[in-house]
Amino acid sequence: MNTVQVDREVDCSGMLCPMPIVLTTKAIKELEIGQVLKIIATDAGAPPDMAAWSRQTGHEIVETNENDGVYTFYLRRSN
Amino acid sequence: MVQANPEGPKRLALIASKGTLDWAYPPFILATAAGAMGWEVGVFFTFYGLTLLKEDIEAAVTPLGNPAMPMKMPFGPDGFQNIDWPIPQAAMSIPGFNSMATSLMKQTFKNKGVAAVSDLRDMAVDLGVSLIGCQMTMDVFGFSKENFIDEVEVGGAATFLEFAADSDIQLFV
Repeated sequence: MNTVQVDREVDCSGMLCPMPIVLTTKAIKELEIGQVLKIIATDAGAPPDMAAWSRQTGHEIVETNENDGVYTFYLRRSN
Repeated sequence: MVQANPEGPKRLALIASKGTLDWAYPPFILATAAGAMGWEVGVFFTFYGLTLLKEDIEAAVTPLGNPAMPMKMPFGPDGFQNIDWPIPQAAMSIPGFNSMATSLMKQTFKNKGVAAVSDLRDMAVDLGVSLIGCQMTMDVFGFSKENFIDEVEVGGAATFLEFAADSDIQLFV
């Protein structure tokens, strides 16, 4: 069960690289520092890409899970 | 294109030298991904890559002379879509074959969820990616700045090299 408070959600289902991280960047810029963005993606490349995006941008991955090919990421704007 | 700030973000310098539909993707995918990670990105468009800067991108693709390119149908049942059609090289030179191969590739990309090249270019512009047209090849091919989208700057080899020298990654595509 997810207990993370979500401030914004973006569904990237059906989209391939690089759309999930491009849309993630767009959406996180519209949040306040500390707020959480939920991203849904079905691209199997999304987990390693989101991890790299997090390391490069400094935004924190609070939680991630996978259910039947659907990946969910909870990302906190950190800067 | 200014001198890199040592405290600043990472930098990516790309040369985009090809103008076919398949090779139009790598520079725009890398540029948007790097832009999304907050990097500074400059793409130098030279030779056939210049055509990717036109308002309407007319990039096409052909399997002629490109034996690794799968010829698959973007419609029908999965089994049918997975057939790699053994098209003879001679048939690939029939008029209209290129435009057919191009529309099949565009449809396949769309079906799979890949953004169109023009959409990726718009996103690159939104993310602040610098697009530089090579003046020398513009002169050779008869392009002027007016043939390109407004965001394009024009420069020469020294312009690219200065940016590349201060970049963390330099790639020729």
